[in-house]
Amino acid sequence: MQYEVVIGVEVHAQLLTESKMFCGCSTRFGERPNTQTCPVCLGLPGTLPVINKKAVEMAIKTSLATNCMISAYNRFARKNYFYPDLPKGYQVSQYELPLGENGFLDIDTDGIKKKIRIRRVHMEEDAGKNLHEDIANASHVDLNRAGVPLLEIVSEPDIRSPEETVSYLKSLRDILIYLEVCDGNMDEGSFRCEPNISLRPAGSLELGTKTELKNINSFKFVQKALEYEVKRQEKTLREGGRVIQETRLWDTDREVTETMRSKEEAHDYRYFPEPDLAPIMISREWIEEIRSDLPELPNAKRIRLVNQYGIPEYDAALLISSKGLADYFERCVSLYNQPKTVSNWIMVDLLRFLKADSMAIEKCPLRPEQLAGMLKLIDKGTISGKIAKTVFEEMYRTGKEPATIVKESGLTQIVDESEIERVIEGVINSNPDKVEAYRKGKDKLFGFFVGEVMRASGGKANPAKVNDLLRKRLNR
Amino acid sequence: MDLHRLTIHELSGMLKKGEIRSRDIVDSLFKRIDHTEGKIAAYMTLTRDLAYEQAEKADSLIKSGKAGYLTGIPIAIKDNICTKGIRTTCSSKILEGLVPPYDATVITRLKDAGAVFTGKTNMDEFAMGSSTENSAYALTKNPWDTERIPGGSSGGSAAAVSADECIAALGSDTGGSIRQPAACCGVVGLKPTYGRVSRYGLVAFASSLDQIGPITKDVTDSAMLLNIIGGHDPLDSTSVGTPMPDFTGSFEGGIKGVRIGIPKEYFIEGMDIEVERSVMDSISILEGLGAIKKDISLPHTDYAVASYYILATAEASSNLARYDGARYGFRTKNAKDLFDMYIRSRQEGFGPEVKRRIMLGTYALSAGYYDAYYRKAQQVRRLIKEDFDRAFESVDVIITPTAPTPAFKTGEKTQDPLKMYLSDIFTISVNLAGIPAISIPCGFGSGDLPIGLQISGRHFDEETLFRLAYAFEQSTEWHKRRPAI
Repeated sequence: MQYEVVIGVEVHAQLLTESKMFCGCSTRFGERPNTQTCPVCLGLPGTLPVINKKAVEMAIKTSLATNCMISAYNRFARKNYFYPDLPKGYQVSQYELPLGENGFLDIDTDGIKKKIRIRRVHMEEDAGKNLHEDIANASHVDLNRAGVPLLEIVSEPDIRSPEETVSYLKSLRDILIYLEVCDGNMDEGSFRCEPNISLRPAGSLELGTKTELKNINSFKFVQKALEYEVKRQEKTLREGGRVIQETRLWDTDREVTETMRSKEEAHDYRYFPEPDLAPIMISREWIEEIRSDLPELPNAKRIRLVNQYGIPEYDAALLISSKGLADYFERCVSLYNQPKTVSNWIMVDLLRFLKADSMAIEKCPLRPEQLAGMLKLIDKGTISGKIAKTVFEEMYRTGKEPATIVKESGLTQIVDESEIERVIEGVINSNPDKVEAYRKGKDKLFGFFVGEVMRASGGKANPAKVNDLLRKRLNR
Repeated sequence: MDLHRLTIHELSGMLKKGEIRSRDIVDSLFKRIDHTEGKIAAYMTLTRDLAYEQAEKADSLIKSGKAGYLTGIPIAIKDNICTKGIRTTCSSKILEGLVPPYDATVITRLKDAGAVFTGKTNMDEFAMGSSTENSAYALTKNPWDTERIPGGSSGGSAAAVSADECIAALGSDTGGSIRQPAACCGVVGLKPTYGRVSRYGLVAFASSLDQIGPITKDVTDSAMLLNIIGGHDPLDSTSVGTPMPDFTGSFEGGIKGVRIGIPKEYFIEGMDIEVERSVMDSISILEGLGAIKKDISLPHTDYAVASYYILATAEASSNLARYDGARYGFRTKNAKDLFDMYIRSRQEGFGPEVKRRIMLGTYALSAGYYDAYYRKAQQVRRLIKEDFDRAFESVDVIITPTAPTPAFKTGEKTQDPLKMYLSDIFTISVNLAGIPAISIPCGFGSGDLPIGLQISGRHFDEETLFRLAYAFEQSTEWHKRRPAI
């Protein structure tokens, strides 16, 4: 029997607000334990939450960008459970009426386009962290993260493969980053995903029993964990067994998923409306105001780059992978109007350096003005494309202007024909046998001569002129 | 002079004229406390040193002419209102040793007004009870008869005011916890409109019902205190920005033409005869002053207690989840693991009534029961509120007894929780509807036990309550009687 894979994803995205969801504490990551806390987020007796309007705004933004319907009447709910990292004994979340509902996202997996429906987008607060490491006979709790605003974004089970899951998650993450509502950092846990997966006989409409996967902190592991789970479930089913509905933890080292303690599962969260917060009414006007301020989203940008600049789909898809990169590209093109040339330099050279240094485009020492300036020097014939590679690296390393680098290093191209001819003479004189072979019809040797001339000139000879003069000299 | 016997407005005048110092009031009070507290046990914590320190500051403020009318006036605070640097226990073992690092908004406002704090008063654990017998620490006595309960849950505050162990006090009221003890102790207790006074720093029992209010020796003091503690607070999203009038200004103009509603559901067979007589007499007095009596109906009254005990306990089960021994307060010494620590800490830290209510509330919110209990109770709550809305179309206030009986004997109802719950039968609907109500002394039953009259009004219309209560007070002497202790 053939099985069909059915996947849905729950994403928790930490919002990029300055302060927490219900108090004025900072949301900064990586501070000393329990220094970003106050009576409210410590859940001290008598404290009350006050909603962070910025967080609501970001939730509205995200709902709009994921094509959700936005609920005018919003009410928070309490999700009750005991855990040391949950100082109030309940998490303030949304339950019956999420802020956004019934949206969708367009994804592209290796050129295949698909719509993934989004069930809900809702606001909630994050919990703290339990610390067990390096402490003998004790566990500690760090409540710096307690009360940091989160968005929970839940997809419908419309995804059919691990690859599609990754592509959905990447698209969603790109959108959140474009909206500047989440930094998308998976390592630090600001973008956390919990896929659920089930198998069913191909063609069946009924859903199989699903498992939910936790502890996945990279796209690579999303893929691996889901692949593992597909195999595991398929094996279970083929052997006549039943998949148990449970939460499974991904073990990064052993690359397997394992059952989480069953105690965690039998929760009755006893949701009820949060009486400490008045309902939030979201007006049409507020939504429209936010809508009019939405930035161009990745998909729209990709289409526009192709149409406006005539670059290939492939280039556009790569350029929009970060908003900063696309901005960089457009800035360069505004200074040097050869889009494909610019995109080549960015994709091949710039990205190689950035990747090697794990540097964000926003921090790139080489400014668009410099790249455009260098490209103009090539056009003017001041430097060759080959020398440009050197200039490029120098600009990237030192931040110097291209013209300065060319001048200081004497990298100016040789365009003077008599000088090039002199170099050609030297090359021909020291390779009489090859000259003869060429003249007898071994055309391929032309490349050898060009290479030799370029090398002898220290790469500075103008390649077009070298070609031209060399051909004339050899055919004489 | 026995300064401790006086009211805020009397003392305030004397302070202003320089006839006395705040220090003198504090002296007089602590002398009184030393004399009577052993018999009453109104306080959880006395803050003598702080009181003298605050009195000194107040006296220099008064000298410099920058004083308000509360400057230098000693106030007692119920022990579920957080006070920075002063232990706040809610009379529960589970909050043993908790010293809040912050002040409740009402405390900040009292401090800003120059008030002096005498201490924190005893209460039913987490404000759950009607007799103050559920305190894990002390048994507060009714100053009128020390064999009897002071009412609850703000029994310590009411007893302290009644026994002249403070000039005025703050209590909290979730289902009658200010009004019922005020009635039992023969003092004035106001539950303001829900949202009138900030709850920030009030340790929550049932968030949608809790409200802080004054317990005072007369109506003028009640209005004066509400002036200070009321008004919008950005730290409490449920506090409301409705304008704050000067409530002491609401006494003017008399009560001619004020329509008072008498709900037939509150005057039923079996009501304590003395209570009924006092309330009926009081209504006659008000009629004599020009008020117009009207019979009304609040048809859903019968369901109030049931829906209250579902909603209040449901919220409480969640509000009290934070007391788990992990971060502050009491933690068991014999835990095997995390969940064992939770279970034992809560088992050993909470008293029986609190546990009963947590269990009730947990049940009401559980999967499969939510619709039958919590949701249904919310629907009933709406109906009760609509009863009042409808009634207030034809009357300005509603008058009922505050409690079905005068103060009962200590131990009389501790074995029967349901009987105890019925002590709040007349006060609970007001909390469910969110409206304001005041209890004022309106007579005495046999054994010299005070009886309270409850006047409730429209949302944010405390002014009419004060006007009526003040007019009544001006033509009666009940509020002037003090227990012989």
